[in-house]
Amino acid sequence: MTGTPLDLQLLNLCAALLLLLSFAMLAQRRVVTLVSLLAIQGVLLFVATLLLAWRTGERHLYLSAALTLALKVLLLPWLLHRLIRRLQVYWDTEPLLNISGTMLVGLLVVIFAFGLAQPIAALASTATRSAIGIAVAVILLSFVTMITRRKAMSQVVGFLSMENGLFFGAMSATYGMPMIVEFGVALDVLVAVLVLGVFFFQIREQFDSLDLHHLESLKESSTSSKTTPPVSAQSGQEH
Amino acid sequence: MTFLLLLSTPVCGALLLGVFGARRWAAHLNVGVSLITFIAACALTTQVVNSGPLLAAHEQFFVDSFNVFLVTLTAFVGLTTSIFSRPYMRVEMTHGRVAPTRLRLYHSMYQLFMATMLVALTTNNMGLLWVSMEAATLSTVLLVTLYRTPASLEAGWKYFILCGVGIAQALFGTILLYFAAEKVLGAAGGTALLWTHLNAVKGHLEPTVLGLAFVFLFVGYGTKVGLAPLHNWLPDAHAEGPTPISAVLSGLLLNVAIYAVVRCKVLVEGSLHSQLPSQILMCFGLLSVVLAAFLLWRQRDIKRLFAYSSIEHMGIITFAFGMGGPVANFAALLHMTVHSLTKSAIFFTVGHAAQKAGSQLMEDIRGLITLSPTIGWGLMMGSLAILGMPPFGVFASEFLILTTAMREQPWATPVLLAALGVAFAAIFGRVQPMVFGETTAKRLPHPPALLPVFAHLAIVLMLGLYVPPYLADWYRAAARLIGGE
Repeated sequence: MTGTPLDLQLLNLCAALLLLLSFAMLAQRRVVTLVSLLAIQGVLLFVATLLLAWRTGERHLYLSAALTLALKVLLLPWLLHRLIRRLQVYWDTEPLLNISGTMLVGLLVVIFAFGLAQPIAALASTATRSAIGIAVAVILLSFVTMITRRKAMSQVVGFLSMENGLFFGAMSATYGMPMIVEFGVALDVLVAVLVLGVFFFQIREQFDSLDLHHLESLKESSTSSKTTPPVSAQSGQEH
Repeated sequence: MTFLLLLSTPVCGALLLGVFGARRWAAHLNVGVSLITFIAACALTTQVVNSGPLLAAHEQFFVDSFNVFLVTLTAFVGLTTSIFSRPYMRVEMTHGRVAPTRLRLYHSMYQLFMATMLVALTTNNMGLLWVSMEAATLSTVLLVTLYRTPASLEAGWKYFILCGVGIAQALFGTILLYFAAEKVLGAAGGTALLWTHLNAVKGHLEPTVLGLAFVFLFVGYGTKVGLAPLHNWLPDAHAEGPTPISAVLSGLLLNVAIYAVVRCKVLVEGSLHSQLPSQILMCFGLLSVVLAAFLLWRQRDIKRLFAYSSIEHMGIITFAFGMGGPVANFAALLHMTVHSLTKSAIFFTVGHAAQKAGSQLMEDIRGLITLSPTIGWGLMMGSLAILGMPPFGVFASEFLILTTAMREQPWATPVLLAALGVAFAAIFGRVQPMVFGETTAKRLPHPPALLPVFAHLAIVLMLGLYVPPYLADWYRAAARLIGGE
């Protein structure tokens, strides 16, 4: 397309980078880097929202850009980094599926996402409708990240990245949700991270590790007696 | 005014209890706050019954005959649970299972949970509905892990992740809904997510988008309802958390989630002019009923047993809403009421029984009738009621659902009947020895106070024998509202 204005090109670039970042997250095993990737995702979202706000002149988009900057670029990564330092979880264990396998699954997921987004994009009247497919892909890729990881921390990063994808989807399909809803969602995300922070310390206190394979005893045929007092820390798995 | 009181009371209560929740009188304060909420709910009900639907706060909140009855029910069960929780949590504290400081978290989160559910029920904004459903999850995660046992942490984690991911789907559904609505209602003015406005223009909303939106909304809120195959979090969260929380999760949260599904269904059905939403509801409802009925056999933990029974009943309700029509909707609403009352009553007795036995395993609980006749009879009556024995209200609603199914969806009737039979055998076979079995334990010196149990069971019994005319009118009005005239 020759006639595409510069800001729209930049917006599409942001969208493409978001997709790339999702793949990077899928492959990344260092938890600290994972959080940094999440922060970069936040930066991209912030830039995209600003560009869109400037393009459409919608005032609430400036507000939601500010919210993104405060919450997703500054506050959440800071909280997560602090948690990582305090809990000393730096590396995720080997994912359930090896990296190349995960990547292949990711590719299929992206194809599926674009197929899913097609009818929506066809109806959208926004300038950014081509990005809807990418938003859906980011959501689904985060989902894959959550499924294939064992460490609680990586799953949470996946969860937050899914929320970012949803936010991007809302933005590209409808220029953002009503402000009251966006505030509510942001509040929920913040509370979720705080609750998880508390929760991680509880898991650590109990198991000496944040590896989720400890959390697999509650099966249907679980016969573990509830009468015995909790045996603390099964064994000192290193983190 | 009453409306403001209804929503602000639990929020203020949460703040107050966040500060004073560890004091000796905190449990009393908890009951007091719940009582004020209940009174406000009753006042709101009379207002709505007398003068019709009510819009408040720039149309952000909306009360009609459908949600007002759920508001009253929520406030009522919230009140009785807080009454039950007072002695229960004191015993837990003396047993050393919870530190007094954790009671602060417990009480505060309890009220916050009530607040989020009331907001979810009364909000007119589909976005706020999502926000409050998510907030309801968040406020209960730390309650599920209150005992800090490995199993409870696992349950809490599962609850958080499954419901979090599930509800993220619902957010995507909400975005799609907004996307479709914005074309008709316009983004300006922020009315495009208000249910009343959406309902007025539902015929003009883009069907393809709404169909897609419904799938996501259903998966999202359906996870919170505990519908199969996304029900895994439910038994764990019910079994590992403190019993008062199991009672409100089962009795109230599931209802609120179903409420959200039904609100979405009304909109989508109006737009689609097809049976798709109904079929989805019926299909997953039936699947949950069958799956839960068979999984009941494998349970050894009493709270897990009744948690699976909740999944089964949620399946029945979802199926009934899926069939639609005035009778099935009426029956589903009645079933929501009686299930909520009966199940919380059962959890109250189960809580006491497990506390006395020092174990939640069913083989360790024996001879309740000799230990304490009130607990024994309470559990027996509750189980008979939940299994749909004639004099109780569950029988009435299940009978209505089954007869409607025979007429409208004959293929489903044998499946439903078989599942109900299997569930009956599973639960009754386990409850019977627990109540009447031999025991060597000594009789309890003091009879436990089980006023909430018998209050709930009495209402369920009354609803089985006689539905008061004003209540019947109310249900009918709500059923009409859902049925789309």
